[in-house]
Amino acid sequence: MENFTPLSAAIGGGLIGISAVLFMAVNGRVAGISGIVAGALTPIRGEWPWRLAFIAGLFIAPLFVWLFSAEKPPVVFTHPLWLTVLGGLAVGFGARLGGGCTSGHGVCGMARLSKRSIAATGTFMSAAVVTVFVLHRVLGF
Amino acid sequence: MRLLASFLIGLIFGLGLVISQMINPAKILGFLDISGNWDPTLLVVMGAALVTTLIGYRLVLGRPKPLLDAAFHLPTKTAIDRPLLIGAAIFGLGWGMAGLCPGPGISAAALGGVSPWAFVAAMLAGMQLQRVIKV
Repeated sequence: MENFTPLSAAIGGGLIGISAVLFMAVNGRVAGISGIVAGALTPIRGEWPWRLAFIAGLFIAPLFVWLFSAEKPPVVFTHPLWLTVLGGLAVGFGARLGGGCTSGHGVCGMARLSKRSIAATGTFMSAAVVTVFVLHRVLGF
Repeated sequence: MRLLASFLIGLIFGLGLVISQMINPAKILGFLDISGNWDPTLLVVMGAALVTTLIGYRLVLGRPKPLLDAAFHLPTKTAIDRPLLIGAAIFGLGWGMAGLCPGPGISAAALGGVSPWAFVAAMLAGMQLQRVIKV
């Protein structure tokens, strides 16, 4: 467990929570990223500008951190590109079909004690753990 | 006003992802790989986010309406149905293959490189695909 970084994890997680709470306080919605992004793909007047603004904030954040820290935040891919692309397809498809992702179900929905979100989070966590086990231990990626 | 607020709230969300290193696929896979050198970081990130949101929602949802909208728009579905479970399983499969989910994918793309941009493009394609294919 030498890669465990609990302090930055708690600070970062707290910020994610504060963002979700502010989003509810201001916009009255759950901060589900896949829902916000999918909504931005179908331009409805009065709807998509704030979605794009939220996504822009998400996009600027790492550049902001990079500007004020000595090094670029690491983004390391250990899987081949084709697996990343296939994963991206499944992430987009599954998030829409299941009505949410890690933020919408995993944080906001669970915080509302929604049984639906608890079931979804349990399902995608299990599926992801099994997938990585098969990829790493069975297929040798 | 709503645009600025949404931008700043997105920025805070992104800062949380970057500080907790959730934009790093190697870190996510270190959590999902329970048979290897397990890294519980993601569990702490989710736990901290969850506790903060749980407390914050209690305060916010007691108010009559949000600051910049006429009413709260809370999800209304409650059924644990087939689309929910199949969708979540497909999402988990993709999360394990890529080591990224939607928010971290967008933030990671800002730092450049082929892989995060390819992930985001594929994710958007997957979202569009879901609108046409019925499961």
